[in-house]
Amino acid sequence: MWDLCTNALDTARLRGAAYGDVRVMHLRQRDLTTKNGQVGTLSQSESVGLGIRVLADGAWGFASTDRLTQDGVATCAAHAVSIAKASALAKRGEVVLAPEQAYVDSWQSPFRKDPFEIPLETQLALLLAADAEMRRVKGVTLTETDMQFRKIDSWFASSIGSRIHQRKVISGCGIAATSFQGQEIQKRSYPNSFGGQHALQGYELVDSLDLMRNAPIIAEEAAALHSASQCPEKIGTLILGASQLGLQIHESIGHPIELDRVLGQEANFAGTSFLTLDQLNKLQYASTIVNVVADARLDHGQGLGTFAYDDEGVPAQCTDIIKAGKFRGYLSNRETAHLVGLDRSSGTMRTESWNRLPIIRMTNVSLLPGTWDYDDLIADTNDGILMETNRSWSIDDRRYQFQFSTEIGWEIKAGKKVRMLKNPSYSGITTEFWNSCDAICKFDHWTLWGTPNCGKGQPMQTMGTGHGASPARFRNVRIGTAFSNQ
Amino acid sequence: MKSATKSKRVSAFASELLPERELRRIADTVLRLAKFTAAEETEVHVDEVANALTRFANNAIHQNVAEHGLTVSIRTVTDGRTARATTNRFDEDSLRSTVEASLSLAHSQPKIPNLLPIPGKQRYRRVNRFIKHTAALSAEDRARAVRRACDLAVKKGQVAAGIFSNGQSQSALANSRGLFAVYRETHSEFSITMQEGSAASWAKANSADVRAFDPQKLTARAGEKAHLAVNARELAPGRYTVILEPAAVLDLVGFLFYDFSATALADKRSCLNERMGKQLFGQNISITDDVYHSLQQGAPFDGEGVPRQRVVLVDRGIPKNLVYSRAAAKAAHKQPTGHGFALPNEYGEAPMNLVFGGGDSSIEKMVASTERGLLVTRLWYIREVDPYEKVMTGMTRDGLFLVENGHVTGGVRNFRFNQSLIEMLKNVELLGPAVRATGEEAFEMVVPAMKVRNFHFSEVTKF
Repeated sequence: MWDLCTNALDTARLRGAAYGDVRVMHLRQRDLTTKNGQVGTLSQSESVGLGIRVLADGAWGFASTDRLTQDGVATCAAHAVSIAKASALAKRGEVVLAPEQAYVDSWQSPFRKDPFEIPLETQLALLLAADAEMRRVKGVTLTETDMQFRKIDSWFASSIGSRIHQRKVISGCGIAATSFQGQEIQKRSYPNSFGGQHALQGYELVDSLDLMRNAPIIAEEAAALHSASQCPEKIGTLILGASQLGLQIHESIGHPIELDRVLGQEANFAGTSFLTLDQLNKLQYASTIVNVVADARLDHGQGLGTFAYDDEGVPAQCTDIIKAGKFRGYLSNRETAHLVGLDRSSGTMRTESWNRLPIIRMTNVSLLPGTWDYDDLIADTNDGILMETNRSWSIDDRRYQFQFSTEIGWEIKAGKKVRMLKNPSYSGITTEFWNSCDAICKFDHWTLWGTPNCGKGQPMQTMGTGHGASPARFRNVRIGTAFSNQ
Repeated sequence: MKSATKSKRVSAFASELLPERELRRIADTVLRLAKFTAAEETEVHVDEVANALTRFANNAIHQNVAEHGLTVSIRTVTDGRTARATTNRFDEDSLRSTVEASLSLAHSQPKIPNLLPIPGKQRYRRVNRFIKHTAALSAEDRARAVRRACDLAVKKGQVAAGIFSNGQSQSALANSRGLFAVYRETHSEFSITMQEGSAASWAKANSADVRAFDPQKLTARAGEKAHLAVNARELAPGRYTVILEPAAVLDLVGFLFYDFSATALADKRSCLNERMGKQLFGQNISITDDVYHSLQQGAPFDGEGVPRQRVVLVDRGIPKNLVYSRAAAKAAHKQPTGHGFALPNEYGEAPMNLVFGGGDSSIEKMVASTERGLLVTRLWYIREVDPYEKVMTGMTRDGLFLVENGHVTGGVRNFRFNQSLIEMLKNVELLGPAVRATGEEAFEMVVPAMKVRNFHFSEVTKF
């Protein structure tokens, strides 16, 4: 693979590129699903190819190919340079890259069980057994299960001399029960909605989930939701379960701190951000108990945003985003770092595949644990609503106003969960919401959740991001608006 | 783009995709290799893309990409079981390994009840959606058009961001019972956001033929609307009469497409469960699925190679028909409609070429007939809140305007909506001509602008 990289970089240089970086990637994926006791999807795929990004005439060009011959690669590299020269027809300044060292390294994400070595029969048997457990519950009308495994090898080389090989093994697994009764569809998912939990782990992730114990629990909840009370509409106290809080972090902290959005580079598609450059180190983003980091290091955990180097050859880092409630940092790359006074990229350039340009992406954007025991938090809440497991999510294109709904809610009265609520939802303005946080649970309740489906960029790229969170409490939140019909 | 393109360049660029005979050769190789295995039946898809996209922001190009790729996806059937394996390497050894991988996957599962044999030869209606001018558009052509758009923005004191893309793709589907289907098309798209201070507006077009739209006109339109949106005022949330431009209509009604899947009804996750044949929408709402419509794109066959049919889904407000894959059709004692996804999958089928019936009201006429209402350019981040009542939430974006006494009187801060699509399609007062619309939430469809009463905005944001 290194020969192909060298060929691409040499061709680019000879054609006039001042800088180039190239990625050869080999992606393998296995997908298994069941529905109502039968196998749904059963497929595997592999994709291998090369993408090269170059700076020529002060502008960017990128081209990719799956024709991995010396001729194919050289043609692709020459194409990238010609595209960069075309870009220069509509440039308004020179691209300046923050300095970075050259690295020669090889890294593999840790895993205990290679999911591609586990017999398919074993994997399907578990999914079908969990599916059967859910179908045992009266009132359940649809059962779904899934597993997804990926193994990604990437060979990165740049014209400053880096040669970095990384191998990542990613696993995902989840189950869901749906119940249609009367005029209503209710659904419960485990351990999270939209495919379950996803992490930079091997098959040990699946082993840890205990699907068989949880399948009947969510099935019964899905059926019971029909007779639960409607979540009231009010301003009140809200406790978010950890997975829902992970998505709240993703949407209302993770995206607005992306420096490409802040600088208007996503204005046409993903949107911009309320976190204009003048807000850095000044904005009271959240209450003083809130601390958020963007941490791609393995020390943070085996999340979907964990790696050794980003796709620009910058080592994984931990960046303070919110410290004691104050806004402290953005996600940057080598091109944008200097615009916020940094002398180095924060290492967040990531690409979905060999045929996509690396762009600024969340790594693991996590809320650091607080001090509360979960039972104490519930006991301390006189009147509130606990919401768990995301059902819908939406936020404006500058990341101010959001609305989320969850699969299930629980009314809390005098420190106790007293009854199930259906159709829970809440909404608010990002900074007002985070400033209303008055309790965060401790590390015992903290999970590094994986969001596998973050869409951004044109052509669209889907990326996995990590979000560590433990349950937390928020005061004076607008609750129930989604189902209000005033 | 109306600029002429030299024919010599056209033929050179168009040859980037493999000739049909090469697709057939790859497919034949797979079918030949599979004969020496335990596969009783084999199906192969060969898909090739060559795409390019120029992205600009802050009045300059900042990303500019091109890709080429070919995938071979193989489904085998053995002993009542089936599975799929896909590769992008098409040398004989790789294809052989992929056939074996597919078989290995298939063997790992229990027998599939009622697994149908693969279909035999089919006849397809020809559609021509490969436009040489689109295929020939170069990075320089796109850059010059972007430069003109950015220059216009600079001249007006505005900031432009957007994309200009073009590409070509082809798909071949063959199976061991002699079925062979092939299709190729081109696509092009220009999208622009013009920003003036904190105000913004947007325009976008998409076509197989890059000459069908003019980037300069789209730029000018977005620029004029951005200027009109300056100093947006805040209004109270509530129920408003809205005039939804086609892109806003598309991104909302696009969420209905899977509800017309027979499998979705069988799984009881469609909003049409127990509602087929009833007056669900207003009598002015009719919807067909029609891949052959002149403004549509896509192959005339489905994931199993069944010819796509035109299906009337909603007739004057009454849901009349669903679409069926072969398996769903057999279960329901119906005929397949050519809307199945590639097997194996759990979703069955869906109509992907929706065409709404239109009317004769221009947006200007809708505005003129409105005493007080809101003109909506575009919607954003739409998600389903209630799957049965089809309540959707989302935001307005890039151009929300107040209409008073028949005139657009200025910009309005963006609202969040929580609105049932079923209710909305009962409340349509006027329809514009149906056009090919393109947004960001749904795939392209043919829809009209709509004037809708009592649209529910629940909250307001800060801009």
